[in-house]
Amino acid sequence: RHREKRVDGDIVRRKRGNERRKGASRAEEGESQTRPERIDRGRRKRTRSHQDTKGSEGDEEVQPKIQSGRAAKTRKHTKNEKTRKKEEEEKAEKGEGKERHGKRKKTSASKKEREEVGGKHTMKEKAQEVKRKKHMKVPSEEDDIDEEVDEEEEVRPESLSSEELEKLKEAVDERKKLIQALRGKPWPIKKKCVILRESQEFVEKYEGALGKGKGRKLYAYKVLMSKKWMKFQRDFENFKTACIPWEMKIKEIESHFGSSVASYFIFLRWMYGINMILFCLTFGLVMVPEALMGRPYGTIPRKTVPRAEATSAMDFAVLWDFGGYAQYSVLFYGYYNNQRAVGWLKFRMPLSYFLVGVGTVAYSYMVVIRTMARNANESGVGDDNSFNFNWRMFTSWDYLIGNPETADNKFASITTSFKEAILEEQESQKDDNIHLTRFLRVLANFLVLCCLAGSGYLIYFVVRRSQKFALDGLENHTWWERNEVNMVMSLLGMFCPMLFDVISALENYHPRVALQWQLGRIFALFLGNLYTFIIALMDEINLKREEENIIKFNITVWEASLFNGTVSVNSTAPPVTIEPADVPRGPCWETMVGQEFVRLIISDTMTTYITLLIGDFLRAVLVRFLNYCWCWDLEAGFPSYSEFDVSGNVLGLIFNQGMIWMGAFYAPCLPALNVLRLHVSMYLQCWAVMCCNVPQERVFKASGSNNFYMAMLLVILFLSTLPAIYTIVTIPPSFDCGPFSGKQRMFDVIQETLESDFPAWFGKVFSYASNPGLVLPFMLLMVPILHFCTLRWFLKSCNDLFYILFKQNEENKKKNKLAALKAQMDLEEARKGSSRTAQQQKNSPSLQDQESEAFYYIENKKKIKRKIECKNVI
Amino acid sequence: MGTTASQLGKDLLSEYQVTVFCFVFSAYKRFSELLGKDEKDVLHERVPMDRILTLPELKSNPFRKRICYVFSTSDSKNGSLTFEDFLDLLSAFSDSATMEIKSHYAFRIFDFDDDGTLDCGDLEKLVNCLTGETDETKLTAEEMRQLISNILEESDIDKDGTVNLSEFQHVISRSPDFVSSFKIVL
Repeated sequence: RHREKRVDGDIVRRKRGNERRKGASRAEEGESQTRPERIDRGRRKRTRSHQDTKGSEGDEEVQPKIQSGRAAKTRKHTKNEKTRKKEEEEKAEKGEGKERHGKRKKTSASKKEREEVGGKHTMKEKAQEVKRKKHMKVPSEEDDIDEEVDEEEEVRPESLSSEELEKLKEAVDERKKLIQALRGKPWPIKKKCVILRESQEFVEKYEGALGKGKGRKLYAYKVLMSKKWMKFQRDFENFKTACIPWEMKIKEIESHFGSSVASYFIFLRWMYGINMILFCLTFGLVMVPEALMGRPYGTIPRKTVPRAEATSAMDFAVLWDFGGYAQYSVLFYGYYNNQRAVGWLKFRMPLSYFLVGVGTVAYSYMVVIRTMARNANESGVGDDNSFNFNWRMFTSWDYLIGNPETADNKFASITTSFKEAILEEQESQKDDNIHLTRFLRVLANFLVLCCLAGSGYLIYFVVRRSQKFALDGLENHTWWERNEVNMVMSLLGMFCPMLFDVISALENYHPRVALQWQLGRIFALFLGNLYTFIIALMDEINLKREEENIIKFNITVWEASLFNGTVSVNSTAPPVTIEPADVPRGPCWETMVGQEFVRLIISDTMTTYITLLIGDFLRAVLVRFLNYCWCWDLEAGFPSYSEFDVSGNVLGLIFNQGMIWMGAFYAPCLPALNVLRLHVSMYLQCWAVMCCNVPQERVFKASGSNNFYMAMLLVILFLSTLPAIYTIVTIPPSFDCGPFSGKQRMFDVIQETLESDFPAWFGKVFSYASNPGLVLPFMLLMVPILHFCTLRWFLKSCNDLFYILFKQNEENKKKNKLAALKAQMDLEEARKGSSRTAQQQKNSPSLQDQESEAFYYIENKKKIKRKIECKNVI
Repeated sequence: MGTTASQLGKDLLSEYQVTVFCFVFSAYKRFSELLGKDEKDVLHERVPMDRILTLPELKSNPFRKRICYVFSTSDSKNGSLTFEDFLDLLSAFSDSATMEIKSHYAFRIFDFDDDGTLDCGDLEKLVNCLTGETDETKLTAEEMRQLISNILEESDIDKDGTVNLSEFQHVISRSPDFVSSFKIVL
């Protein structure tokens, strides 16, 4: 039915035209109508116009008026008026016959529909429509509707055919839709309220009447439920917004520093949420079960501090390094027992450990990709330079800025951006010394590469050195030598970006491009550092595994000697109980990896906080108070206050998260640590920003870079899961520590569970399903599905474009028609006046109009052609 | 809350809530703070523009006067706002308002002479608003000319020398950060 109507759109519109004319004729007819009715109408009209114009008077004044209008309407229902109206109606409809009734209904329905579609139509059209409605609806059509409605009411009780019922239902639904869409209309609230009240009244009036027979109760129930549901949804929405943490803090920052700084905090909050969930997973499913239901501390060797370390196990220095008691606790991989089921719940500990490890990664992937998709949907067409100037002009002001200082900076940055754009435009024609710029850029990149290579080598060197120290025994070395790796990594992360910043001055890029290069370089630096670290760690793992083999052999010897010794004493009694602390044990490389990551995170956090305190707070304090007794103006001059470095902070956050993802498998405490860190940095940074930073000079918009951050996060997620998964899959677990000890590979736990916990057929099915013969076709199937999904997305964006173009076209046509009509009228007028000069004058603008229309049309056609080409490419 | 809520009846509140994007009650509280001591009738009182402009959210906005004029329904065009106008304003600038509403009002804000199109005069005023009032940030006449001609070149599809609403919306709808920046949070 709807489609029919839409197809009929043109016809309906024409009918509307007829209707208008009819209305005019009706007005003429109205002359002959009885007086009182006209007065009534006139009065209503006046009230309505009164309402519209005198918005200044409050609601309570309007309400009585509406009520009076209502009263006028209801008065109709009294016998006299009804009969009078009927007569009048008959009089009016005599000529047109029954046909018109249906038509009119359709028109009103279509009008409502157009109101619906209006949301997508352009404002102008809507405004016109609204105006038209105001003009026409008030005198004639409004009455039409009312009459129609009244008629329907009269007819309804007994003899309403199913078709009419359907129509009524549709009308009610449309009104409902109108109510829903009401907030999306750019009308003054007064008008919205009036329409809302009318529509609600209409709906209430006819809703109950619908489905009089069998379905009535169900319908009423449905309506009631939908109302309740809507209310619940709204309340829930409110509740949800009230639950968002730190909302006010972020809003405050937003109003001081604009949206880009706030975007960092929003990102931080988002990260906090993810880490909270990761923390819940690891804490609830791994750490707590092991702590509560697993064997207590001190029962088996892996859960005891070895005798050699026992004396210093409680020292703060040792604990700070996550050795001693911290190492032999639920915080690290090595503590977990390989007991298949723990406690009275028969909790499958190793399986849970493995699944949580996989689950955290899978969950992170899901969340990041989903967020990216949502962002992509929101931002729509991204990098499109066709409206460069317009965007600068119309969208550059950040309305959130409420701080005069930020506003001044913003003015300045907008001005420079205008000037830059103009210069760019001018310079795009002429080319300056391209060879010099090229040379400088190559040089800059060479320097950056040198930096990267140097930092990578430094880290590798330091890690190797630290291994040597570790072999010697850590106690013989100074604090610096023990913490060299972490410190060097943090310092590199701090100073290299500054170096890059200096180098990038050589390149003479546009600021935004320069920022992207800068981000890319820092990204490469961090990534390089991280990977060097991992490679060094891999070396260490290999060393430990060699060591482990030796120890394994030694242990067999030791056990044999022990066994022999006990046998010689007493063959029946249990062998002498050996303290678990005395049992020799392997180096447990997993715990070592976990420890390294935890130390890295801790030192990273410390450096961040300390730089924050020194670089921002101390600097601000010095600048603020030394300014009274200094020879130059410190606040305006050299040191001044620091700016908030959004991109650097975001990158730091992303890499921190990458380390969490990498290390979380071997140190279940990492998400917890990270939650703590994020929580503290939320407060600390909020405070630091508000108290010692100045708004940025180059104020960047946030939304454009949002998905850029997300993309980086995704890359980091991939790169950080890669080594973790590699170690899980390829390296056999340690023989005497961790939940997978004694197994050939860590993922054997799945196999084991399948064999012992599930019925035999399930294992069989699983083994069939994991057969390459099945997996390969499945993957082949996935590829087209993926392709189809992306294709559909692309087509959708294409369709949007089509729609826009189509809309423009329609508008053009209408404009054209209008122009033509106007021209015709002008022409006629001119002819009447029979003045040649006037005719020419009036003709020329319309001609121009038509010309421009034609040009516009051609341009549109070109665009559509291009679009079709792109469709063909797919 | 009892006394403040009494003026804003439950029906009226829900009615407003259906029609606007922002939270009516917080807007109400904010608006009643703007009113003086002797003005008790929150719903019907008109707040003069000067007092609206003291809101910290609007204080440093270069378009603050235009915003008041656009949302004001007063007959004398003095930019004073009633509570309903204020609600309209907050709704248009709220987080969840649609692109459609935002662009509509943005157009009206930028249309300084209220003639329904953005012509050269409007654009010039707009540029001056954006670059601030001080002389050092102002563009020269030549730059201004260049800028405006560039803008018209990009967006004026029908080549009539002005940017009309549909052209404006066409441009705005492609912008990645219009919706996120065209908002005011109370």
